[in-house]
Amino acid sequence: MRRLALIALLVALVAPTAALAVEPDEILKNPQLEARARQLSEELRCMVCQNQSIDDSAAPLARDLRLLVRERLTAGDTDQQVLNYLVARYGEFVLLKPRFELQNLLLWGLPPFALVAGMIALFVTARRRRTVNLQAPALSAAEQQRVAALVEPQTD
Amino acid sequence: MIPELGHYALVLALALGLIQSVVPIVGAKTRDTALMRLATSTALMQFVLVALSFAALTACYVTSDFSVKTVFENSHSLMPLIYKFTSVWGNHEGSMLLWVLILSLFGAFVAAFGLNLPATLKAHVLAVQSWIACAFYLFILLTSNPFVRLPQAPIEGQDLNPILQDLGLAIHPPLLYLGYVGFSISFSFAIAALIEGRIDAAWARWVRPWTLAAWMCLTVGIAMGSYWAYYTLGWGGFWFWDPVENASLMPWLAGTALLHSAVVMEKRNALKVWTILLAILTFSLSLIGTFLVRSGVLTSVHSFANDPTRGVFILAILVLFIGGGLSLFAWRAPMLKQGGLFAPISREGALVFNNLFLTTACLTVFVGTLYPLALEALTGAKISVGGPFFNLTFGPLFVALMFAMPFGPLLAWKRGDLLGVAQRLMTAFAVGLAAVAAAFAIKGGVSVLAPFGVGLAFYVMAGAVVDTVERTGLMRMPMATVRMRAAGLPRSTWGTSVAHFGIAMSMLGIISAGTWGSERIVALKPAQTVSLSGYELSFDGIVERTGPNYTAQVAKFTVREGGVPLGVMEPSKRNFSARATSTNEAALMARGAGQLYLSLGDTNADGSVAIRLYYKPMVMLIWLGALVMMFGGALSLSDRRLRVGAPKPAARAALQPAE
Repeated sequence: MRRLALIALLVALVAPTAALAVEPDEILKNPQLEARARQLSEELRCMVCQNQSIDDSAAPLARDLRLLVRERLTAGDTDQQVLNYLVARYGEFVLLKPRFELQNLLLWGLPPFALVAGMIALFVTARRRRTVNLQAPALSAAEQQRVAALVEPQTD
Repeated sequence: MIPELGHYALVLALALGLIQSVVPIVGAKTRDTALMRLATSTALMQFVLVALSFAALTACYVTSDFSVKTVFENSHSLMPLIYKFTSVWGNHEGSMLLWVLILSLFGAFVAAFGLNLPATLKAHVLAVQSWIACAFYLFILLTSNPFVRLPQAPIEGQDLNPILQDLGLAIHPPLLYLGYVGFSISFSFAIAALIEGRIDAAWARWVRPWTLAAWMCLTVGIAMGSYWAYYTLGWGGFWFWDPVENASLMPWLAGTALLHSAVVMEKRNALKVWTILLAILTFSLSLIGTFLVRSGVLTSVHSFANDPTRGVFILAILVLFIGGGLSLFAWRAPMLKQGGLFAPISREGALVFNNLFLTTACLTVFVGTLYPLALEALTGAKISVGGPFFNLTFGPLFVALMFAMPFGPLLAWKRGDLLGVAQRLMTAFAVGLAAVAAAFAIKGGVSVLAPFGVGLAFYVMAGAVVDTVERTGLMRMPMATVRMRAAGLPRSTWGTSVAHFGIAMSMLGIISAGTWGSERIVALKPAQTVSLSGYELSFDGIVERTGPNYTAQVAKFTVREGGVPLGVMEPSKRNFSARATSTNEAALMARGAGQLYLSLGDTNADGSVAIRLYYKPMVMLIWLGALVMMFGGALSLSDRRLRVGAPKPAARAALQPAE
């Protein structure tokens, strides 16, 4: 059902024209520049879509952005300059991979932190259990009685 | 009359559910068998009532009763019968009814097959199951009633969203829900164990089949959803790291971890507390997924349900069950006795490694999905988290997991020999390295990482084979012995190898289709030919066709390889008049495990049409791998030890009526 929502949304956005994402007339003559443009497009978000890159989206805005990326590349920008240009214009929202910044500290930091913390926790518990719990505790008097009762042959 | 009956049946189910929520627990406290047994009857009856309710709604859809609001909004009299059926759950209200139908189905299964469960455990499990059911009955009845009538019945319905008029809607949501909701059983068992304050290896043996069954459904459900998106959305992508997809991936990751930790608990009586926690977390993630999609929190346009009352209601359910579950855990878990010591290098150790990485991967997806929402709520800053983020964070975790995967089944319990296992895996290493070399030789340096990924996938596949070969003694012993040993191997051991093989297949497909696919985007006029990866596709022109409730423009292509015709491909665009929308139907042609993929775009002023052509090598492996994983799960499920319910007496067969 979750996928339905995605698909329904995409249809809602794409519906009137059912156009394709990258259109034939957008493609640059220079294959190297075009390859770079495609790569950059995958990292840029179509801002009116749900989590879609401009490379995948058929929305008119995505087309404008794709053309803009190609324009900047043709003008001689490096990949980083193109990204900076778009962030300056549209904000960080346009990047599908958030930057390493203070506000994204938890986003980037939490997974590696959890992994390391988990490893340390495992290591510590393993050591503690090895030293503390080497032998099973002896049976209590009551438990020994129960064992005796169970072992004794039934009489009836 | 029929919708009212359906509505009434659901109210009755709620009433029974309320009884089942309380009475069995009282029975367990007072050791009253009659009160405890009541839960069995009410659970079965709940299922009957919800099934009746669901049948009533289905009847409304099939007969196109447009006096019912949801039918009017989501159906059309001209739709083919199959879509009249599937549109029952192609909307918010109906899909929630499907949710509770499956929930009550699982409750009924526990009631019917849990004959060998201790009476108090069964009573507690069914009571907890009923708490969940009641919460969702109330949700449906109070905020999302599918049986609401319109004062005046319209002549015609508004049609189902055209994109949902696809076989995918028949398969994907029910499977996904079977997976999501199936984990409620593990949750109920965990809560019951915490209430009782007692848990042992037998508990794990009862829980594992349910978890396994839910996991199988979820695996295939996700894969089928992925395939559906692949052929529907028109650009050949199969996974988008969209929040709605992540919502289904998180329970899958946690559920996979749960499956593995339950093995340790069953075999070695260790990791009890952790397994309980995972069981709670897995279902919590299912609930969070439901909340994310159903509440419309992601964005306003994204969900069917934009009504805030629904969001708040689900949030309350979420807080109640997750908060309650975790509080109970914090309170009672310290009382559970730990058992089974093991060295770090051992089968248990390997499964702990698996759990650590799977849960971290799950956390990564969780953080990536919810961080933008949290950041925006707290600071107002808007950021996006998409594919490039997950590839960078989730990817390495999965690579580590895959690398360790073949080691696990080969390590001994309690204390293993890492070096010895590495030696036994020499063949697998060699296969992997050969695959790396082959990939470089064939594909060159298009991507440096991809050949290593292929090597990793082949190494895991070979590892799964090595495990089986070792256990059966193939190549070392006479064939008869091998056959005997193979037959004697537990089915769950076969299941492990098969499932591990399956995930490596999926990995291979993802790498291959993602890296070495070729793509062309061209504007074509009739009679023009375009070549792609050694195939020539000639465009024969566009024809118009009429479907039951749409008209279609169909582009006809003849595909040739080296001049030999292979067949015709017909990508099309369908226009649905009822909603004034159109859909894109891609054309697919299988070439081995790869596919040719054609998608039709707009017609230009000069009469040419835009066409996207793809060749996706080995792309089918992605979904075949998931089917293989499911098959592995099924093998494991058929293991004698795990068989659900009491063994059937052999004499039963004689009682079957003659045909």
